[in-house]
Amino acid sequence: MTSKNSHRHLLGIEGMPETEIVDLLDLGDSYLERYRGAAPIEQVLQGRTQINLFFEDSTRTRTSFELAGKRLGANVINMTVSSSSIKKGETLIDTAMTLNAMRPDVLVIRHSAAGAAALLAQKVDCAVINAGDGRHEHPTQALLDALTIRRRKGRIAGLIVAICGDIMHSRVARSNIHLLNTLGAQVRVVAPPTLLPAQIERLGVSAHNDMREGLKDADIVMMLRLQTERMEGAFVPSTREYFQFYGLDADKLAYAKDDALTMHPGPMNRGVEIDTSVADDIDRSAIREQVELGVAVRMACLDALCCQGSNSRGGS
Amino acid sequence: MSAGRRVAYVNARLLDPATGFDEQGALLTVGGEIAELGASLFADGVPDGTKVVDCAGACLSPGLIDVHVFLGEALETTALAAAAGGVTTIVVQPDMDPVLDQVAMVDYMNRRGLEAPINVHAMAAATKAFAGEQMTEIGMLTEAGALAFTDSRKPIADANVLRRLLTYASTYNALIVQHVEEPSLARDGCANEGEVATRLGLPDIPPAAEVIMLERDIRLVELAGGKYHAAQLSTAAAFEAVRKAKSAGLPITCGTTPAHFALNELAIEEYRTFAKISPPLRSEDDRKATVEAIADGTVDVIVSAHDPHDEDSKRLPFTLAAPGIVGLETMLPLALEIHHGGHAPLLRVLGAMTCGPADLLGLPAGRLREHAPADLVIFDPDTPRRLDSALLHSKAKNSPFDGRPVQGEVVLTVVGGESVFERGE
Repeated sequence: MTSKNSHRHLLGIEGMPETEIVDLLDLGDSYLERYRGAAPIEQVLQGRTQINLFFEDSTRTRTSFELAGKRLGANVINMTVSSSSIKKGETLIDTAMTLNAMRPDVLVIRHSAAGAAALLAQKVDCAVINAGDGRHEHPTQALLDALTIRRRKGRIAGLIVAICGDIMHSRVARSNIHLLNTLGAQVRVVAPPTLLPAQIERLGVSAHNDMREGLKDADIVMMLRLQTERMEGAFVPSTREYFQFYGLDADKLAYAKDDALTMHPGPMNRGVEIDTSVADDIDRSAIREQVELGVAVRMACLDALCCQGSNSRGGS
Repeated sequence: MSAGRRVAYVNARLLDPATGFDEQGALLTVGGEIAELGASLFADGVPDGTKVVDCAGACLSPGLIDVHVFLGEALETTALAAAAGGVTTIVVQPDMDPVLDQVAMVDYMNRRGLEAPINVHAMAAATKAFAGEQMTEIGMLTEAGALAFTDSRKPIADANVLRRLLTYASTYNALIVQHVEEPSLARDGCANEGEVATRLGLPDIPPAAEVIMLERDIRLVELAGGKYHAAQLSTAAAFEAVRKAKSAGLPITCGTTPAHFALNELAIEEYRTFAKISPPLRSEDDRKATVEAIADGTVDVIVSAHDPHDEDSKRLPFTLAAPGIVGLETMLPLALEIHHGGHAPLLRVLGAMTCGPADLLGLPAGRLREHAPADLVIFDPDTPRRLDSALLHSKAKNSPFDGRPVQGEVVLTVVGGESVFERGE
């Protein structure tokens, strides 16, 4: 079976060949250059329909995908399936099959259950992009993170990347682990033991409970949000204890390299996982770039999936 | 069935796990009972007036007794599936709507069972509405015919409630059957804790949730008395605890299912919901320990945990899909894998599906013996084939074993002397 990401869908980074990842990064790069330079962008999705099917609330990711599609000329439709629709009993599959009958070209789906995007992809005729499925993967986030790193550092191979925070519940962490490992980075995860998933080392990372140790000589410090809405029980005693031991402040950041970059997929909980001054430090923080690159990377993904075979590089 | 109807099963490999008997021979049923059997029976031919069934060298064993079946679809199709699987007695779970916790419902179940081609019994709830608080009318339910007491898919979590149940049930010699999983550790988990669940991003359950509850329950049995059966065990640690308890002479028994000895957690990759069950599929080490536990007799019964689900409840994201597998028709060939793989003798494997469950619940069937019910299965143990879910007789087809190469096929199933299934139907 060909990579689940080649030709039809972008469901996850796990298993994606390095060449495919690099191609998407290169394409994202060129889209970024295009619209930063206010150059015209070839409307490769002219006449195509993109439906953003979000079962989980997310203004930022949805807007990012919407902008990406519109910049390429697509008709973009947003569907936020509120919990009341689910209460009416329509299942994920029913919703998808209904939409499928309207013949979209691409479905972008975000859902709270792992595997939802893959399930959908089995049942619809169009391309499917996973915008986040439970704790499983968020491939476009990892791609934009990688592009951010590559642009700032010139490479990914050999860098020490520390991913810090609620690893257990994080799809951003999982996608990033797969991608960074594939591109040759050295990946660490830093979290209290209650927020590390079982056997996480088997995914090719070293696990740390001591943040100072975990950040030592790191080139990239990637902070994750403490995801209170995904926690049922008490994983950490309080946000203030969490901030003291696992929050990124100047003191802990000093253990990383002097030119280490700080990143965060957003939205940030200032004072919980990241100190406000660290977040706003324009020299070290790449957080705003991540947002900007997000649109470019999503343009690349939409282009690659919808225009398979055609050699679009964002215009002449 | 006309009392006195005589049927002779000849050229059979007679297998009686209860006595260890394994020889070529013949068996005679008269009416609904076994009349005679042996290597030399009908050596000089079968007298007139007796119907002859030539088994052509196939195995003839007591019909299988499956003590963990969910009635998720109509009894008619479940009974068909059972007959096709060589299962001549099923004991259904009280997990119904409403929960089977009243005498009237046991009566109803027994009456409905009489209409079925196979034998149908029921377990009743241990606590009212499975709420885990008040015990059900153990005495009256036992008299009405409930064979054991269980909260089915739910563990009896409160130690004091379980203690009282064990104490009270002992008066009626009633068996308490537990779903062995510490709920506060399991929570909303749906997969075995470990690398597979981590990669898939699934909420997980530590394997220790099983042995932690089991060891607690064993201490309660020591304290309170009574008989206790662990419904489905799946971990090495739990089997070890059972071994210890048995050698200390405690009335602890246990069961397991084919999925737990034939598959490991890798089967859920790509979010295959047909492999979602409770307890979840485990590591390869635990799977091997399950096979060993069957081989050394630690496992008293193999059950199918037959749990029909329609497409809609499985065609969902993994965390939302209903757990459960249909298993009545696949239990025998999958159990035979343990024998074909050289892990256990044939009689041991068969025993866990015949005299084992019969002894657990005090049923007269499950053995080839004079006056025992004429519940038989004739099966070919060797011919290779591929399991095909489309051919299942149950309405539901939720089985992870579709396409699996197996050896072993039911040729004929007999209940009370009557044929209820013939290969090719």
